[in-house]
Amino acid sequence: MSIRCEKLTHIYQQGTVMESYALRDISFEIQDGEFIGLIGHTGSGKSTLIQHLNGLMRPSSGTVYFNGEDIFAQGYDLRKLRGQVGLVFQYPEYQLFEETVLADVKYGPKNMGLSEQEAEERAREALELSGLQPEFYARSPFELSGGQKRRAAIAGVLAMGPQVLILDEPTAGLDPKGRDELLETVSDLHKRRHTTIILVSHSMEDVARYADRIMVLNEGNLQYFDTPRRVFRYFRELEKMGLSAPQITYLMQELRDEGIDVDPSIGTIEEAREEILSLYWSQGGPLAAGADSGTEAGRGLGESSAATGK
Amino acid sequence: MLRDITIGQYYPVDSVIHRLDPRVKLAGTMVFLISLFVTSKLPAYLLATGVLFGLIRLSRVPFRFITKGLKAIMILLVISVSFNLFLTTGTPIFRIGFLQITWEGISLAVFMGVRLIYLVLASSLMTLTTTPNQLTDGLEKGLGFLNRFSVPVHEIAMMMSIALRFIPILIEETDKIMKAQTARGADFESGNLIQKAKAMVPLLVPLFLSAFRRAADLAMAMEARCYHGGAGRTKMKPLHYEKRDKNAYLLMAVYFALMAASRFLPF
Repeated sequence: MSIRCEKLTHIYQQGTVMESYALRDISFEIQDGEFIGLIGHTGSGKSTLIQHLNGLMRPSSGTVYFNGEDIFAQGYDLRKLRGQVGLVFQYPEYQLFEETVLADVKYGPKNMGLSEQEAEERAREALELSGLQPEFYARSPFELSGGQKRRAAIAGVLAMGPQVLILDEPTAGLDPKGRDELLETVSDLHKRRHTTIILVSHSMEDVARYADRIMVLNEGNLQYFDTPRRVFRYFRELEKMGLSAPQITYLMQELRDEGIDVDPSIGTIEEAREEILSLYWSQGGPLAAGADSGTEAGRGLGESSAATGK
Repeated sequence: MLRDITIGQYYPVDSVIHRLDPRVKLAGTMVFLISLFVTSKLPAYLLATGVLFGLIRLSRVPFRFITKGLKAIMILLVISVSFNLFLTTGTPIFRIGFLQITWEGISLAVFMGVRLIYLVLASSLMTLTTTPNQLTDGLEKGLGFLNRFSVPVHEIAMMMSIALRFIPILIEETDKIMKAQTARGADFESGNLIQKAKAMVPLLVPLFLSAFRRAADLAMAMEARCYHGGAGRTKMKPLHYEKRDKNAYLLMAVYFALMAASRFLPF
């Protein structure tokens, strides 16, 4: 069970003066149950890439294998694939159209050929997973707030019961609280249902916190595909691509430059806190103060870096 | 499918046609369209064909870009041609039931078909070689004299330019929503007519909403920049004629005279 891309290339407007490469020879494999962060500058080909994964776009050359089968082969059931590889577009709330939230969420399962009753069950389950309160189910989707609309729209994809969920910048335009809640929901889904997640994002902080592996696209090329820590080691290269490592990585880097022996590839505040604390203890722990205040100091450090992070 | 619509899509290459003043191109398109209807003589149509294809060559726009616009009028073309073909009275060739094909019908149908096709090709050529901005500039300046008859030329031109500007945006938006709904298992292609119409609802509702939202945003942005219509507005790049534009007018006049004169041909 996996998604495998082989030498995927996509050329826009091939054969005209406006011809341009959106993707160039991209090959990778994503295992079942992985949480992948997809990062890249605007126009790096992220959206194009994810649209190939569920067969919405056809590659100019190369192909995609889902569970070992070539999805662009003749006779492959693309509609079924779209139920298995759920794709949530950017600003998904703009695709809502039904009279009630519930009816809208049922649209996907009904397209899959499920009965009215099954579709309703799926829809309710998906809405619950998406974290939308039941009092909104019977309301018009256009009456909801931005964050609620987005949850309803995501539920619309979840209701199809995908094994792989691709989210294109799901937190764009949400406030910090909405963003954190939504990412928690996604992470929860990953843990509870073992859904493979591909999260497209600009924010290194978000990706570092949740992703098992990070995929970095640059001008249509797959630049890095590795664990967050290994990718963050290339923070100077990332900067050249118009990206950056998480703020905390920079802090760790500075600490290291100051001669303090910390791992500079750390990407989350929690990891940084552990690293600093373990260093603190290994160097003799509390010298002047007690053990408690030592922890305090570590926490203090962690929090001040959190402040720079935000 | 959506990429077939070429109206309002500029093809960016440099050519004589691209460099012409937009007023010349507008006038030229009008003259060409009218010329197709002043005559139905074969030599005249050969001339028109030569001129049209010559211009297309000059414009350096690939031919298949220009013919893309034809797909959109295919149904109209088929209907009008077959009406002319079957419902014209005259010397019959053969008949099936109440339908009969006559010599007059064939000739009318051919002319009708050619006229429609040339009409689309000529206007596609104009929009592909002229940016929407140039086009409305040209319209505004070219029709400026109508101001004296209290026709709000600027406002009409502005509306046109906004409408033209919105075409690619809406196409893109349609494409996006279509993909989003396809990702949810929607099927826009198969099924009978009623099923197809029903399948459009998930596309049309979000599309209309977004069109209204965009219109409201644009109105707000225009007001925020103190837009108050045409009175007293000046141009950053005013249009003025070059020598090539005058030559183009001259050629246009010659062409039209020839076309009009062909009416008096004896055959």
